[in-house]
Amino acid sequence: MLDAILQSLNDLLTLNHVAHLVMGVLLGLVIGIFPGLGGIAGLSMLLPFLYGMDTASALATLIGLVAVIPTSATFTSILMGIPGSSSSQATVLDGFPLAKKGQASRALGAAFMSSLFGGLFGALILTFFVQIARPVILVFGSAELFMLAIFGLTMVGSLSGRSLAKGIFSCGLGMLIGAIGSAPATGEFRLIFGIDYLYDGIPLVVVALGIFALPEIADLLRKDGSISQKSDLGTGLQQGFRDVMKHRWLALRCSGLGTLIGAIPGMGGSVVDWIAYGHGVQSTRDKSKFGKGDIRGVIAPESANNAKEGGALVPTLLFGIPGSGSMAIFLGGMVLIGIEAGPSMVTTELNLTYIVIWSLAIANLLGAGMALFLARPMAKLTSIRFSLLAPFMIMVISFAAYQATRDMMDLWMLLLCGILGMLMRRFGWSRPSFLIGFVLSQQAESYLNMAVQFYGWEMFLRPGVIAIIIVSTLSLYLSRKGVVDEHAEQTSEWQPNEASIRAQKWFALFLVSVAGISIFEAFRQSFLGGVFPLAIAFAILPSGFWILWNLWRDERKNPIVFDAEARIGSLPNQSSVFEGALWIAGLFTASSLIGFLPATALFFISILAIKARVSRLKNATLTASGLGFLLVFAHFLNLDYPMGILLEPLLE
Amino acid sequence: MEIPNAAPDLRSAWHMEPLISRSRGSIQPTRRLSIAIQVSLYTIAAFLSACSQSPTSDSKKPPANKLFAGETIEFVIPYKEGGGSDTWARFNAAFLSRHLPGNPVVVVRNIPGGGSIKGANLYAQRAKPNGLMILGTSGSTQMPYLLDDPRVRYDYADWQVIAAYPTGGVVYCSPSLGVSKIEDLKKELPKRLIFASQGPTSLDIVPMLAFDLLGLDVKTVFGFRGRSAGRLAFERGEVPIDYQTSAGYLKNVVPLVREGSAIPLWSWGVLDAAGTLTRDPSFPDLPHFGEVYQSLLGKETQGIAWESWLALMAAGFGGMKLLVTPIETPEPILQAYRDAFLAMREDPEYIERKEKAIGRYKQEVGTKAESIFKLATRISADEKRWVKAWLRDRYDLNIQ
Repeated sequence: MLDAILQSLNDLLTLNHVAHLVMGVLLGLVIGIFPGLGGIAGLSMLLPFLYGMDTASALATLIGLVAVIPTSATFTSILMGIPGSSSSQATVLDGFPLAKKGQASRALGAAFMSSLFGGLFGALILTFFVQIARPVILVFGSAELFMLAIFGLTMVGSLSGRSLAKGIFSCGLGMLIGAIGSAPATGEFRLIFGIDYLYDGIPLVVVALGIFALPEIADLLRKDGSISQKSDLGTGLQQGFRDVMKHRWLALRCSGLGTLIGAIPGMGGSVVDWIAYGHGVQSTRDKSKFGKGDIRGVIAPESANNAKEGGALVPTLLFGIPGSGSMAIFLGGMVLIGIEAGPSMVTTELNLTYIVIWSLAIANLLGAGMALFLARPMAKLTSIRFSLLAPFMIMVISFAAYQATRDMMDLWMLLLCGILGMLMRRFGWSRPSFLIGFVLSQQAESYLNMAVQFYGWEMFLRPGVIAIIIVSTLSLYLSRKGVVDEHAEQTSEWQPNEASIRAQKWFALFLVSVAGISIFEAFRQSFLGGVFPLAIAFAILPSGFWILWNLWRDERKNPIVFDAEARIGSLPNQSSVFEGALWIAGLFTASSLIGFLPATALFFISILAIKARVSRLKNATLTASGLGFLLVFAHFLNLDYPMGILLEPLLE
Repeated sequence: MEIPNAAPDLRSAWHMEPLISRSRGSIQPTRRLSIAIQVSLYTIAAFLSACSQSPTSDSKKPPANKLFAGETIEFVIPYKEGGGSDTWARFNAAFLSRHLPGNPVVVVRNIPGGGSIKGANLYAQRAKPNGLMILGTSGSTQMPYLLDDPRVRYDYADWQVIAAYPTGGVVYCSPSLGVSKIEDLKKELPKRLIFASQGPTSLDIVPMLAFDLLGLDVKTVFGFRGRSAGRLAFERGEVPIDYQTSAGYLKNVVPLVREGSAIPLWSWGVLDAAGTLTRDPSFPDLPHFGEVYQSLLGKETQGIAWESWLALMAAGFGGMKLLVTPIETPEPILQAYRDAFLAMREDPEYIERKEKAIGRYKQEVGTKAESIFKLATRISADEKRWVKAWLRDRYDLNIQ
């Protein structure tokens, strides 16, 4: 084995191969910076170039790209509160508050050190694990996978914010939204209300950006400050390194978690960061700082999400089963260059496997290094006046959402999720819980269905299942020993206000009625098609009614009663809560009328003129660079933007 | 160049900090960044295209006919990047570009959604008969069309075929069943047969109906994503019977067969031009499903049930990949495509790489492709009614 390891390093370390690896890393860093442009977009940009490359170079390019995306996706998560990729969602929770406090450099430094640590750890584990991985992976049957989904859901306990009832309800709501589309057990379509777009369910990118990024943008837009409240950004990088050193055991445990979860086919990369974050919270005695900018909330998910890629390569290489969307394309790329994933990867093709692992390790090293190099200039973005940044951010998240299915409906759904996210944020409904529910919904349902049909009740006698149940119980216990409050930064002192209470009641009523509608819809399905949403809806109704009862009781010290807008000394000259949403709605309406590109141009010009009040020259320059971005990516991703119903006939 | 800062906004007059920070942070980082990003993307692309000898770059004999010179052909694939259809398209795109007259750029455009229905609908709506937009369909594009899925807004009668790539599939079982030859299936089996399926109207309808025709008591569990998920469940010991398409079987099941943890039972077979089932040349030692049907049931392969199965099998496997274009496409364009496919077969690089990239079967053009197309996209009214009734009785599934 050692021979193979050294031989493959020798193969890789030629100028040609290293140059390819560096190119892959560079492309990955650039792609990763843009939210929504994860490995899927990057790899599909690479696919046309794969022909004619020799095997090792092609592998190095592909791996270079995949490995560093979680590293650079951190930039937007920390600096702008926009989840940079499906595995950097949890980083937002503490990373963004840190950036707001002016500690962006520190957060980035810690994040990249953790990424490096996790990535190398993943490669190391892969080196030894790959030989014995087959039987280990086969231990995880559908029953174990279902229990792992449940384990993921127990993280809701630590992410619920001040009201557990609201957290549970939010999680269930996420699961119901996640159940939209075809029922795994029967293939019938449910909760689609005759809308074609909903047949495949709402894409995760759209939900995550809507729930997390849009509310932040809307909030910042009306305050019209800069993201960082401090102008002195300091030199936090070293502080970040020290933070990682201090919490090295946390980084180690989360790297292990990340590798393991990545290696289990069917878990998917989008829960890794949540589980790691949840673990970070549970394993900490003083939880009061989480959600307000605790550096551990950055270290945990960031060490896990890079480690995950190493793990995810195991099922991809050994079974030809991609663990995530980007691994699916990686697998396609392997086929194109003539490598057949399968058992032979640890026998006759072992040297290829080690080329992959070496590439992974070197790519992580390069990626973290380059990202650190970029960290200081990038951190400066947080000191730019937000109204200048806003059009770019809105454009980028619209672009990212549109990448999901390349349908105008992606944008409308983004807005809808954004409004939901704004209201949840305002009234204290846990958005992380919602997202965990959403991410795990399909998985929980399909594995439950399989497990019940394969094993019946005996599934609970399987040793793996029992072990996961014990871990979940422990996790649940630990998670309620102190809670993370994502609304912590919104001051808890607030003024009793009739209008606010009324708004809270209406919103709660609306959410509860969503559960009601799901029940009504579920009864129209066959038993197997409807039983899961039905069970979820019934399970969360009690907490829904509990919340409603408490709101009506109007006891204002109760943690259920919450409104971030009604705090004492609320800033009187802030513009409306919905101003941001209105701007975005305007952009999308214009897009569907005159097309996305002209609409974006108009949007830039008007927001820069009205909100930022910049000179004409500057306005034109900024607008042109925004459009330039869209055109460059349209070219590389072979993308058509929405045409608009008014202009489409002209272009026929 | 220093860009002047904006005049202070009256509405933000109460913001002291932001005003300070505004004067410190300049706009330059954003612009510099966006320029840097654009530049680096282009550099990367230039580098990559320089390193990879893309087939387009070294066209050997430029044909005299420049039909597609300077054009870009869109190869629409109604699936995600990375899947079987995508790989098939990308492989062919490279060689089409090399062998079509005028060496057009051929780009693969993925329009996934609704199990390929979205992309096919979009193609039906947009494609013009000029050869510049072609569509690659697959078995799961044919199935919902044949079964009148209400979401389908495309009609194969509006299209004609350029090339067809058939495939096959192999059913295999676990040694724990104690089955060593087909006849053993008639005996009492030590455990219940469970089959992991992607859904009742997916490609898996072919094995599901096949098991029913043989009278096997198979419980079907839905919700698997892709055939490889089913294979994984087989390897875990959760399902004792499974099938894979030819490529998946050769890559991942043959090693299991060698180590004795899987037993091949039968292949689907391939259809000849007359539409009769014959043994699959990739698996000459395995009986095809018709043989199994005859030997297990002792009756001839005929009747509505058998014909319905054959129609579905032709749609799913016989016409696994169809390259189509609107029916009005003029003959010279079609001929150029056919010639390109014929020329590909002589291309040494194609010969070298084809089997690993897309599989063993021959990409058919001309009359052979047309007969595959015809078989893969037609189902009689009786057969359709029969299949729908079967889906309703067996899986409680109602299709209007």
